[in-house]
Amino acid sequence: MAFPHKHLIDIREYSADDIMLLLETAQRFKQINERRIKKVPTLKGFTVVNMFNEPSTRTRSSFEIAEKRLSCDVLNFGGSSTSTVKGESLTDTVETLCSYKIDMIVVRDKHAGVPRKIADTVDAHVIDAGDGKHQHPTQALLDLYSIWQQFGHFEGLRVGIVGDISHSRVCGSLIPALKTLGAHVTIIAPPTLVPLNPEVLGIDEVSSKLDEVLPSLDVVYMLRIQRERLEGAPFPSLREYHMLFGLTKERDALMKPEAIICHPGPINRGVELDSFMADNPARSVILDQVYAGVLVRMAALYLLLGGNEQ
Amino acid sequence: MSLLIKNVLAIDGQVGLHEVCDIRIEDGLIAEIGKDLPEDGSEVRDLTGCVATPGFVDIHVHLREPGYEYKEDIESGTRAAAHGGMVAVCSMPNTNPVTDTASTIEFVLRRAREAGHCRVLPSGACTQGLKGEILAEMGDMALHGAVAFTDDGRGVQDAAMMRRVMEYASQFDRPVMAHCQDDALVGSGQINEGPVSTLLGLTGWPAQGEEIQIARDIELCRLTGCHYHVQHVTTARGIDLIRQAKADGLPVTCEVTPHHLFLDETCIDDSYNTYLKVNPPLRSADDAKALLEAVIDGTVDALVTDHAPHADFEKDREFEEAPFGMTGIETALSLYITKLVDPGIITWERLVELLAANPREILNQPKVKLAVGYPADITVTDPKIEWTVTPDEFESKAYNSGFLGWELKGRARDVYVDGKATLKDGVVCD
Amino acid sequence: MVDISQAKSICMDASEVDRALTRIAHQILEANKGANEVALVGIVTRGDSLAMRLRDIIRDIEGIEVPLGKLDISFYRDDFATYISPELLNTDIPFDIDGMHVVLVDDVLYTGRTIRAALDALMDIGRPACVQLAVLADRGHRELPIRADYVGKNIPSSSSENVRLYLEEVDGITAMAIFDIAPGTRPGSAPLPQKGGE
Repeated sequence: MAFPHKHLIDIREYSADDIMLLLETAQRFKQINERRIKKVPTLKGFTVVNMFNEPSTRTRSSFEIAEKRLSCDVLNFGGSSTSTVKGESLTDTVETLCSYKIDMIVVRDKHAGVPRKIADTVDAHVIDAGDGKHQHPTQALLDLYSIWQQFGHFEGLRVGIVGDISHSRVCGSLIPALKTLGAHVTIIAPPTLVPLNPEVLGIDEVSSKLDEVLPSLDVVYMLRIQRERLEGAPFPSLREYHMLFGLTKERDALMKPEAIICHPGPINRGVELDSFMADNPARSVILDQVYAGVLVRMAALYLLLGGNEQ
Repeated sequence: MSLLIKNVLAIDGQVGLHEVCDIRIEDGLIAEIGKDLPEDGSEVRDLTGCVATPGFVDIHVHLREPGYEYKEDIESGTRAAAHGGMVAVCSMPNTNPVTDTASTIEFVLRRAREAGHCRVLPSGACTQGLKGEILAEMGDMALHGAVAFTDDGRGVQDAAMMRRVMEYASQFDRPVMAHCQDDALVGSGQINEGPVSTLLGLTGWPAQGEEIQIARDIELCRLTGCHYHVQHVTTARGIDLIRQAKADGLPVTCEVTPHHLFLDETCIDDSYNTYLKVNPPLRSADDAKALLEAVIDGTVDALVTDHAPHADFEKDREFEEAPFGMTGIETALSLYITKLVDPGIITWERLVELLAANPREILNQPKVKLAVGYPADITVTDPKIEWTVTPDEFESKAYNSGFLGWELKGRARDVYVDGKATLKDGVVCD
Repeated sequence: MVDISQAKSICMDASEVDRALTRIAHQILEANKGANEVALVGIVTRGDSLAMRLRDIIRDIEGIEVPLGKLDISFYRDDFATYISPELLNTDIPFDIDGMHVVLVDDVLYTGRTIRAALDALMDIGRPACVQLAVLADRGHRELPIRADYVGKNIPSSSSENVRLYLEEVDGITAMAIFDIAPGTRPGSAPLPQKGGE
């Protein structure tokens, strides 16, 4: 059989079955990552380009490890200096790359829509590794994997996403995927960090009162406050943000006993979370998320590249 | 030498004309209008089935010369205008150098005389370099042929500066035409702020960023008495403000574009088509509906295209990096016929108001009527011809149209400027 | 219950399968001088079930429970670009294979490609002292220089046929059957699970 998708760009194109197959496949890769030889020859001969037009350490290294553990040939392209800076258009850049007969482009770009544009331009498979404020589907998958490992299902789970919704590409993928899988999603943020018409993302509720929502949540997803993206100062100070929206030790008492804490990293300790919460083994799955990143990216590479040739 | 146009449906509400007749043109003027006129040695053109109207004028066009000739120049831009059925265009001053002095106005007029395929009525900048800081030499520009003043492409940010612009311009009997955009609210806005911007992760360009300046300027119009013309209105609330200002008797006029009428934000999807990136942005379907109502009820004075040609490589970019604007001058007339006249939403008479009578009045240009003694500026439209919008249909250097692929009905067949054909059987005359 | 009425012929019935496995168990014990260093690793699917049966037989003969594992070769296949398995399989080898006499167990030996993949997969897990191969049927048509150490039955077959093993514990019936390959279907020994049947 073949996986019914060529690209991983818009998670909204993936059905619940597609997403679950990705998560179950990710689980199969777990044992490979836990043995001495953490590598299989599956994707031997496939060339993957990691085209990171925006600085990224975590996502890029996670992709690179996933690719290498599947025996892909990996070309890291871009970094902070892109061709676009030199005056070459994106189209010319990807057409040049594809002249090398590559099989897949994993792209991170500060501009929304770039992965789709690449997919429309060339024949290679494309994985969106984060485009502007639009989507970040593999981040959503690793979040889903971590949640699934804890609860074993999604139906009826109450997920609260706290923080900068307007600038979050994670939300662009995670919220639709959670809805596809039957979870209930509430966003909790100051109104200055909520986009207009958030309902189009599929959320069930919007709140600016963390303490009121917290007791009902199974998953508390703390978004990172990206200080560099906060033009126009949407809140007066990090201190006040922490006071109103930070996950403090005091708020631990408000949470369900089995509730977990997710964070896409890197954490601003003392802003989104206290250390007490970030390092709380009973609640925090933050390091599990990082590990899950490798697994779901291996699964995406495996399913997208396999079974397509005639 | 005289020309006899035979068997056209001549329509001009200004003179109560709506009948099949012949029009004789002599020495650049309309010499005779009537049924079954004798040939009398005239060159005869039988245009049976076509509609003759006073020549159409587009008062919002970017000809890009000087400075951006790779996008468009006065030759190609006016060629496109003739192809689209226009006898005159008002050019925008955001050229390089900016058209903010008498010498650049003169340059535009000279190039239009040398290479133009229609009349070019240049507008000059309100402020030097479009910076909104220091008044441009409006008096000198007016003396050399500027018909209006505008900082199009940018809003004048400072209210006191806008007041000064309007007060100063009022002495020259020229309108101040405003692109309304509050930079602080709009920021790096890409598309209308709303469901689509949220879904596509693009920074929103809120309706209020436009409406706040319209509201401000209407009050400054009340203060200064200057003729204030709102360029490319896009929102229902903006239209309401203008409707109220008109009811108050203020000298306020406005224009809308075909793309804001016939497209809306939901046309922008995850293919991130940069041809749909325009400024002001495509708004909601409700806004487009309000614009249409305003076209019908008379609130809208003129239909314009904001023809904004860009090179293919400039639009073939990341959405957020691509320039704003779409072309329009070669599709506008066909869109109006297909979407407004043919379905009976407006009459040909109303179209003549919106495309011929009102635009000239806004720019204080001499009237053009289908009547004896008036200049023979005439557009002859074939209302039945069907065509598909494709890049090779354009005379413009650019094809960044949001209407590519559309099936349209009606197209200009002949265009006459001062009795001289600039378009014949749909082909631009050299 | 699986319908094997479409089969061209039944080449082994349940008792023949039992007898063949019993013989293979004896041969393994003989070749390895007992069961002390023997480990059984079945290739999923079917090979793992056969390995389990072999372990039970060896326990009955020798009184020793040899280590048992199963091996998923999906990530080592050489036809990955054209085909990915719809089944979610897992390798499960809950013992250290270093220094062991590992007997790979599979149902039908055909081109040898599965065994090639299994050997690679095994070597990435550890360093056995030796690897042997036990198959219930050898149908010929080898494409790689691979042979089995223990063979239940040699079954001459055409490449337009599938030789498939059904096992009581998986399929509700035990039999080795020959089918014509239906146009558009994939050759292979293990019957694919019915959709929704898992």
